Amino acid sequence: MEDLSLHILDIAENAIRAQASLIEVEIEERLSEDLLVMIISDNGNGMGQEMLEQVHDPFFTTKEGKRTGLGLPLLAAAAHQAGGDLEVSSTPGQGTRVRATFSLSNIDIKPLGDLNATLQALIAGHPEVDFRFRSSGPDGETVFDTRENTHGEA
Amino acid sequence: MAKLKIEDLKAIREQASRARTLREGTGRARITVHMGTCGIAAGARKVMTALLEEVESRDIADVIVTTSGCAGLCSREPMATVELLDQPPVKYADLDGGKIKEILDTHVLGGEIVEAYALGVGSERTP
Repeated sequence: MEDLSLHILDIAENAIRAQASLIEVEIEERLSEDLLVMIISDNGNGMGQEMLEQVHDPFFTTKEGKRTGLGLPLLAAAAHQAGGDLEVSSTPGQGTRVRATFSLSNIDIKPLGDLNATLQALIAGHPEVDFRFRSSGPDGETVFDTRENTHGEA
Repeated sequence: MAKLKIEDLKAIREQASRARTLREGTGRARITVHMGTCGIAAGARKVMTALLEEVESRDIADVIVTTSGCAGLCSREPMATVELLDQPPVKYADLDGGKIKEILDTHVLGGEIVEAYALGVGSERTP
């Protein structure tokens, strides 16, 4: 993956396949901690402990006819190479939360990329799913929520 | 960090609500862009963006654009499946923004399969 926005698209597609009706994406720049925190959470099917232990294995997949499941391992690699980490937590029937961290000053941190294109692909491709996006950092906060009827706030 | 512009957000929302109305009617066609990890890494989002722009700018009201996972042939991504009403689905491979526009024109709107990009006809149906 070239940038983080493509990872977000990839993980969100997982959530859609897990039958989520709400997907929340949060990106937070914490300059004082030299940290970029990226959280993708959904209210989909979730995973049990057994599956959760296997999601970091690139040769684990839930799909028939496939031998690899690279989405989360690639995101983990991106986080690790930028001095960060990946945590996945999940509760069956309630949803899954993927939290990736990156060191902002790390030379190997991937660029954020085109978040608009990612949101557009998700929202336009899946009008049956609600999305909430929030980014915050030194420039302020942006919130976008498909459940609101009024236009988003800056 | 790239900043989201408020106008862009509005545009996305408008596009979304348009897609919502689309979904409620019965479209004449459905185009599924495969967005597994392999597809995304190979450029599926560019294909999706090009397709959405074209559908939007030409005001095509009865074509449903959606995404799904890996189509099972990762080396030929980006891929898309075109389903016309009452016709077997057609899978296209090795796509880019230009090719998907051509497919929209010739196949989806014109009814003629673009054989140069087609992988096969009558493969499995997307759910």
